[in-house]
Amino acid sequence: MKIIVAVKRVVDYNVKIRVKSDNTGIETANIKMSMNPFDEIAVEEGVRLRERGVAEELVAVSVGPKQSQETIRTALAMGADRGIHIQTDEEIEPLSIAKLLKEIAEKEKPDLFILGKQAIDDDSNQTGQMLAALLGWSQGTFASELSLDTSNANVVREIDGGLETVKLKLPAIITTDLRLNTPRYASLPNIMKAKKKIIDELTPSDLNVDISPRIITLKVVEPSSREAGVIVEDVVELIDKLKNEAKVI
Amino acid sequence: MSILVIAEHDGSALKGSTLNAITAANELGDVTVLIAGDNCDTIANQAAKLSGTNKILLAEHEIYSKPLAETLTPLIMSIARTFSHIVGPASTFGKNILPRVSALLDIQQISEIVAIHDGDTFERPIYAGNAIATVQSKESIKVLTVRATAFEAAEEGGPLAQIEKIDAVATEPLSEFISTELTKSDRPELTQANIVISGGRGMQDGENFIMLERVADLLGAAVGASRAAVDSGFVSNDYQVGQTGKIVAPELYIAVGISGAIQHLAGMKDSNIIVAINKDEEAPIFQVADYGLVGDLFTEIPKLEAELQK
Repeated sequence: MKIIVAVKRVVDYNVKIRVKSDNTGIETANIKMSMNPFDEIAVEEGVRLRERGVAEELVAVSVGPKQSQETIRTALAMGADRGIHIQTDEEIEPLSIAKLLKEIAEKEKPDLFILGKQAIDDDSNQTGQMLAALLGWSQGTFASELSLDTSNANVVREIDGGLETVKLKLPAIITTDLRLNTPRYASLPNIMKAKKKIIDELTPSDLNVDISPRIITLKVVEPSSREAGVIVEDVVELIDKLKNEAKVI
Repeated sequence: MSILVIAEHDGSALKGSTLNAITAANELGDVTVLIAGDNCDTIANQAAKLSGTNKILLAEHEIYSKPLAETLTPLIMSIARTFSHIVGPASTFGKNILPRVSALLDIQQISEIVAIHDGDTFERPIYAGNAIATVQSKESIKVLTVRATAFEAAEEGGPLAQIEKIDAVATEPLSEFISTELTKSDRPELTQANIVISGGRGMQDGENFIMLERVADLLGAAVGASRAAVDSGFVSNDYQVGQTGKIVAPELYIAVGISGAIQHLAGMKDSNIIVAINKDEEAPIFQVADYGLVGDLFTEIPKLEAELQK
């Protein structure tokens, strides 16, 4: 079995982002970037399946600027076998990414394609579902448990009221929830080994995919900020304030 | 403009988030609601009575008894192109299905809208709600998911919408529903509650959540949790409030033993009144709290309970 994981380079989750003063977007110059946390979980799941002998090959793919190679190297250091980098400096939307990944899937013919459920920058939560649609494959989104046999994937999904289990016909798309696993740290020897692994370079035009944006961002602003309130002395004062000042209880 | 709302229901009634999505759709134009399921007459009648619904499309078949993306997408596709907008709730149901529809229509979806400027311009939060983007869609059909907390719930009123039955669409069997394991609770649903009390890592273990439940019952509140509390196994994942959990905006949000990480604030900072109870006066949660109480939750919560019982 062959598995592909998709990884995205995003502003690190701990960074307090700043909106650009001209309201065109977010300051990303000199900001710490990392692999999207949900994608780390996707890579970890792929590596575990590789270690259990369920998968013979694990391929990591990323779409983005030159620095996305670092994100692919991280996936290789975690245990992926090789990488594919589709280079573009354009702002790229989920639908375009799904189209690029579809081309990769048709070329590589994986049995399973694992993505994060959402990127923590655009918060779209779309790419995996779109890829499943374009390929005509089944989808197991927001997965917190995954088990495979030769022709099916059993997926436990996180849904609003609890959990749901579905059985998917392979090939399938899985998108990861936070509870699927705890990603490993790449050890130094593995980071060194990863430098020797191959990353294929492609462009959207190599794949004949039009990535021109469909959505225009008119402006990006800071949300209205909340003022810090008052510190109360004790529970009695708190309840008094909630009853008589805020009138919420 | 003609708007199609993809309804989510539990087999007996529409989900609350669908009522919010209908209100958003109503700002855009004439609303048609698609209900797919098995024996859904009651739900169709409920939808027909809502203010602002013009037409109800009812697709009844056993293949729709469970909302699988693979079976619902072909049904939605069979009618999608006659609408200018396709709208769904930004619940796990909507997030799962809408992008699949969107891609087949070759349309870039806009997720989790919080405001509507006009038929093609919307606001949505990005970066865990730390920025609000105003986006304009040039697409022939706008596919949107709606953040429930940003719109009122549609209520009964106005003329009765007509109910039209539509045919099910056969699909190849790509996926199969096996089972659900739903968290049972007599408390209000987290995303719809007027008051929410949430516990974080400071709760120390799952047993201690009973303290919060007792306070919740006195207030008629729902109970939530931070990711730290969920990851530590104190409570199940559907309690999680935050960027990747549930988004809530109740009248009153009480954060107990929660530091207030960016990801948690994303899920609750639009609450009307925020209360923080935390022993660390430096915790970021105090920067957004209207009322802060610095103290050990293990002494303060029982006091709160006793005081509320008076």
